[in-house]
Amino acid sequence: MRAVLGFLGAKLLRALVAVWLVTTVVFVVMRLSGDPVPLLLPPDAPTSEIMRVRRELGLDRALPIQYAVFAGNILRGDFGRSIHFREPAFAVVRGYLGATVELGLTSFFLAALVAVPIGVFSAIRRNSLVDHAAMAVALVGQAAPTFYLGILFILLLSLKADLFPTGGRGDVTHLVLPALTLGAFTMASIARLTRSAVLEVLHADYIRTARAKGVAEWVVITKHTLKNAALPIVTITGLQFGTLLGGAVVTETVFAWPGIGRLAIQSIYNRDYPVVQCAVFFSAVMFIVINFAIDAIYGFLDPRARLR
Amino acid sequence: MASSIPAPAFADAGSVDALARGGARARRTVRLVMAGLAFVALLGIVAAAAPWLAPHDPTRQALRGRLAPPTRGALDGRARLLGTDQLGRDVLSRVIYGARVSLVVGLAAVVVGGVVGATLGITAGFRGGVTDSVIMTLADAQLAFPFILLAIGIIAVLGPSFPTLIVVIGLSGWVSYARILRSQVLVLRSREFVDAIHALGGSVGRVVLRHILPNVLSTLVVIATLELARAIVLEATLSFLGLGIQPPTPSWGGMIQEGREYLDTAWWISTFPGLVLMLTSLVVSRTGDWLRDLLDPTLRGE
Repeated sequence: MRAVLGFLGAKLLRALVAVWLVTTVVFVVMRLSGDPVPLLLPPDAPTSEIMRVRRELGLDRALPIQYAVFAGNILRGDFGRSIHFREPAFAVVRGYLGATVELGLTSFFLAALVAVPIGVFSAIRRNSLVDHAAMAVALVGQAAPTFYLGILFILLLSLKADLFPTGGRGDVTHLVLPALTLGAFTMASIARLTRSAVLEVLHADYIRTARAKGVAEWVVITKHTLKNAALPIVTITGLQFGTLLGGAVVTETVFAWPGIGRLAIQSIYNRDYPVVQCAVFFSAVMFIVINFAIDAIYGFLDPRARLR
Repeated sequence: MASSIPAPAFADAGSVDALARGGARARRTVRLVMAGLAFVALLGIVAAAAPWLAPHDPTRQALRGRLAPPTRGALDGRARLLGTDQLGRDVLSRVIYGARVSLVVGLAAVVVGGVVGATLGITAGFRGGVTDSVIMTLADAQLAFPFILLAIGIIAVLGPSFPTLIVVIGLSGWVSYARILRSQVLVLRSREFVDAIHALGGSVGRVVLRHILPNVLSTLVVIATLELARAIVLEATLSFLGLGIQPPTPSWGGMIQEGREYLDTAWWISTFPGLVLMLTSLVVSRTGDWLRDLLDPTLRGE
């Protein structure tokens, strides 16, 4: 138990440092990116008005003080007011969070539910036509740029075949293409890794023993093989969930999906610092929490991992 | 024929037959790597020889010949094999010129990322202690971050340009080099030959440059190849978002973005640069995989 706690403590410390670094980098980059005040006021606004708005936003203070105020506010869940939307940044981001979570979870489960069976099947029927075809598709899926995949889906399945809408959020049909696009890389990675993990276990001595004992083939696969192949599959699946968050920026832009990735990009163009900071902070914290959870699960499942 | 190859002395088990099979597989991998490198070389030649290869000026507009579908004979009797875009520019010529942006930014970014990542990774592995902790925590923090957001932020500050793109894309990849090289150096550092060189009075710089670096070189080559594919795709993605190479310079990502509005009526504008981009990404990353199988099979799964 102590080993587990120590392991978790070290991971937790790293996660917290990562959160702090991310916050700091975001603050520095956004402050370097120019003065938002001219964007807020008409071009002929008097200097006194400019000074007033700067003071109101706290932009007239020294950078270290701005940073201290910023960090203190984050601890209290206050990310400032959105310059563009004129309401608390946290509320703005929260409004967009649902769409991103919906898209992310759909892509993730779609990817996992499709990829794991394909990977297992490919391994069992190694070198069959299905195996070769599935792995070829997976290779292309891994190499294809997300944004181009989205464009291809729109062209073929939306404009030519007229099966799905080209963008926006609405009923289930709106979700299909973005989820496929966002999930493609994940699906391909999980399928390939599942295949190799299962193949590795199939070569193990205890599988030969089980077969020699006359255990039915489907029991060999489900009970002896899958149980042992599960660990690397769980790891890659969890890690892939994190990368989905990054891919969401591009996918949401291509499909005009109203999530925090698209919000962040638009806010950068609007120089809406508080919203960008909040959106990036949210994404990073989600990512870090997920990775921490995977590490923790892994530590419990595999005692060897605790030593690393 | 293959069985006439003498079994290497270090082979511990297995029949000559198995060794021959292994040899055949290795030779096949060598051929695949060669094919992949040939593809990259071809792309390089196309990029370098673009002014002679491109049938048309890639930036010359011809408003009367806008959105023309792929054809072998156009108004002026010259072929537009991949059609024209919304300004009447020849898509094939733009795809050919676009290879320049992809390769220059991709290769330069790999150099930037490789130098930074290798230096930090080798330092972390060799020095250990606080240095190691600081560098690895930085790496963790960067991985804990949807990097594309940061890239967009930085480019929005500095303005899109070749140097900015190269540095941002390069720095987005340093962690891969650093992590893998660090773990290799950790192992190498404890080997006897390092102690022996120290005992003989060899300096740290000498140990690293003459003895550690050559030992990790093959790993470095493998990571660099895989990173090249990633860098090319990232450049295209940023150009697609309007943050990469600016028009009228042709880049694959920018072309895909420009053609997006015309998908319904002129599918060829986005489709062709996209297919070339996808093929490039696929071939380069596969070449990286094959190189890894050949040079350093222990890296599998990292």
